[in-house]
Amino acid sequence: MTTPLLEITNLHANIEGKEILKGVNLTVMPGEVHSIMGPNGSGKSTLASVIAGHEAYEVTDGSIRFNGIDLLELEADQRACAGVFLAFQYPVEIPGVSTKFFLKAAVNAIRKYRGEEELDAMDFLDMVEEKAESVSLSIDLLDRNVNEGFSGGEKKRAEVFQMAMLDPLLGVLDETDSGLDIDALKIVAEGVNKLRSKKRGFIVITHYQRLLDFIVPDFVHVLKDGVIVKSGDKSLALELEEKGYAGIESCGSACSCS
Amino acid sequence: MNKQINTTNDPKKEAAEALPGGGMLLSSSNPVEEDTALLKETFKEKYKWGFVTDIEADSAPPGLDESTIAFISAKKDEPEWLLEWRLNAYRHWLTMEEPDWAHLKYNKPNYDEIIFYSAPKSLADGPKSLDEVDPELLETYKKLGIPLAEHAALAGVAVDAVFDSVSVGTTFKDKLEEVGIIFCPISEAVHSHPELVKKYLGTIVPYSDNYYATLNSAVFTDGSFVYIPKGVKCPMDLSTYFRINAKSSGQFERTLIIAEEGASVSYLEGCTAPMRDENQLHAAVVELIALDDADIKYSTVQNWYPGDENGVGGIYNFVTKRGKCQGDRSRITWTQVETGSAVTWKYPSCILLGDDSVGEFYSVALTNNYQQADTGTKMIHIGKNTRSTIISKGISAGQGQNIYRGLVRIQKGAENARNYTQCDSMLMGDRCGAHTFPYIEVKNKTAKAEHEASTSKIGEDQLFYCNQRGISTEDAINMIVNGFCKEVFRELPMEFAVEARRLLEVSLESSVG
Ligand SMILES: Nc1ncnc2c1ncn2[C@@H]1O[C@H](COP(=O)(O)OP(=O)(O)OP(=O)(O)O)[C@@H](O)[C@H]1O
Ligand SMILES: [Mg+2]
Repeated sequence: MTTPLLEITNLHANIEGKEILKGVNLTVMPGEVHSIMGPNGSGKSTLASVIAGHEAYEVTDGSIRFNGIDLLELEADQRACAGVFLAFQYPVEIPGVSTKFFLKAAVNAIRKYRGEEELDAMDFLDMVEEKAESVSLSIDLLDRNVNEGFSGGEKKRAEVFQMAMLDPLLGVLDETDSGLDIDALKIVAEGVNKLRSKKRGFIVITHYQRLLDFIVPDFVHVLKDGVIVKSGDKSLALELEEKGYAGIESCGSACSCS
Repeated sequence: MNKQINTTNDPKKEAAEALPGGGMLLSSSNPVEEDTALLKETFKEKYKWGFVTDIEADSAPPGLDESTIAFISAKKDEPEWLLEWRLNAYRHWLTMEEPDWAHLKYNKPNYDEIIFYSAPKSLADGPKSLDEVDPELLETYKKLGIPLAEHAALAGVAVDAVFDSVSVGTTFKDKLEEVGIIFCPISEAVHSHPELVKKYLGTIVPYSDNYYATLNSAVFTDGSFVYIPKGVKCPMDLSTYFRINAKSSGQFERTLIIAEEGASVSYLEGCTAPMRDENQLHAAVVELIALDDADIKYSTVQNWYPGDENGVGGIYNFVTKRGKCQGDRSRITWTQVETGSAVTWKYPSCILLGDDSVGEFYSVALTNNYQQADTGTKMIHIGKNTRSTIISKGISAGQGQNIYRGLVRIQKGAENARNYTQCDSMLMGDRCGAHTFPYIEVKNKTAKAEHEASTSKIGEDQLFYCNQRGISTEDAINMIVNGFCKEVFRELPMEFAVEARRLLEVSLESSVG
């Protein structure tokens, strides 16, 4: 049997004493794409942050195993090095730090962790050009400071570009489609599709089934009030679009998802 | 609320304890001692103030009176006009009150306990080897990438051939002399170029200027003198670093830089290593004069002992730095990176007298633990079309307090004067503080002053973003802080900028989580 890429069991998490995740179960096998949908405030970004290791969230119960290791034991930077990538819903700006400089530090930190040699400037720039092309990102943007003055769409594209640079095992995309025009949406989706592989898995958080026309998921889950209330295949997204979250019936006790 | 900085009754002793194996940076020879007999003669001749001083002593007794000043002056074999100037300063000082308008909390120095003159100690008095030096200090040098050979010199270890100061010094001096540049200790310039010293000393910072400058005028012991003749571009950056192994500057340093018409010079003050220093009070004065088309760039990296993590010990750095753009189209640029000292009180300023002259101030001030900095600048626009730029970056960590205080004054005749001020503060954690006090006075209708200010917190979100890309928290902090300071660092000469960056890293270590 293959080891699951990500195995979340009965995950409970608090922020500032308030419970947001109330028993999430989710298993992602290598090569799979899982989409998570759900109403505003249901805990989608929280789940992404907890997977990535944001310190502000306190895990009170449950476990997360990643590629056979206990992910909760690792600090955020170690998780990234181990292969967890989060494309942020709201990428932050870092004034005075050029995107290239930032990415070089990131790439080399991860390579170092994997026991690989650091990239020199030439190899790094070659890689930048190649990956930037895959999401049609203007190279000029990379001389600017991290996310500073980027348009909403540019920020999202830059996140996918970074994902391509860092070559993770698991990509968590938090509303990477919001704020994108239809052309940009296609470009970003294509960029993600190029990264799909037998080894890599994705969690795609979105409000719109439209994205799922381009990035076709293997599973769709509905997160509501901190628990996954329903799981299904791509058709679930269509059903949601039609009926809204209120019309969703939970799978019931027979389903393993809640 | 900020914790009061502690001082013991004996500042010298305390600093020495804080950095075990006390000792100053040493001079390899001390001409003063050799000439004691001669001095005595001269002093007798000049003596007319009705007090007696034992000039054979190596140090003046603690405290300050007119005989202390006569003693210092005699030790340096100074001309009478200079002694008189010192005494005038001292008499004025007696009428002054120590200022307390700065946003600082500290116990005022006890001037009766300070030793105002102490001849450089002989080599034998310092720690005998690196084994006797505080390992933490050595660790810091290592992190700063300072060559091992220099560790000893910085730590005050008694080795006399640490680095080849003589050859460095000479090649250097030859090259400068060729183009007519004078670069020497000010005490030497008093003798070798008395006309220049007399003409300019105290013209930018008069002896009556302020409490600490007045004190400095009375008791200054040494410092640098730089003279760049007409039309000469100084072929290299001048640096006190070259002088460190030759002579400890002492706590009352006085520097005078003159750039004649069309001359230019870049002067680097300080040294990025945390200097051992047993003096608690530093009251330096720097005067710059730029004539027509002259250009002076003065860069400082200050990393005096900041006190320990409980705010015990550390240097009081009360400095008066002022430059006068006397000539048309002249330019003075102050760039400072202040990371050391327990208390910093410092406002490098420009008097923009010449038409079309330019004043610039670029500053990074970092306060960690219980450090306090009240720093900024004054730009006084007098000439037409004068321009000034102020970029100030304050970083507060731990319980550090960082204050920007700046004055932009545009006088009536300053047609079309322009000022741009940008003042950014960064807070790390929630126990530190940042404050800004900008004063703007515009008396000419055609003039413009612009002010921008921002305060940001090194956010958890920024750190998480970096972490999420595999970058460790420590590296992330360095990256974010360096990004914040970029506009200032790019004003520093390349090598200095690299060192300044490393220094920030070391100073910020263990400041977050
Ligand atoms: N720092 C915080 N303090 C208190 N509550 C918080 C904090 N951060 C998030 N929350 C709350 O946690 C809940 C889940 O937020 P989360 O961002 O995970 O929702 P989401 O499903 O991603 O929503 P959206 O679709 O709007 O992005 C919300 O009610 C939010 O207000
Ligand atoms: Mg969200």
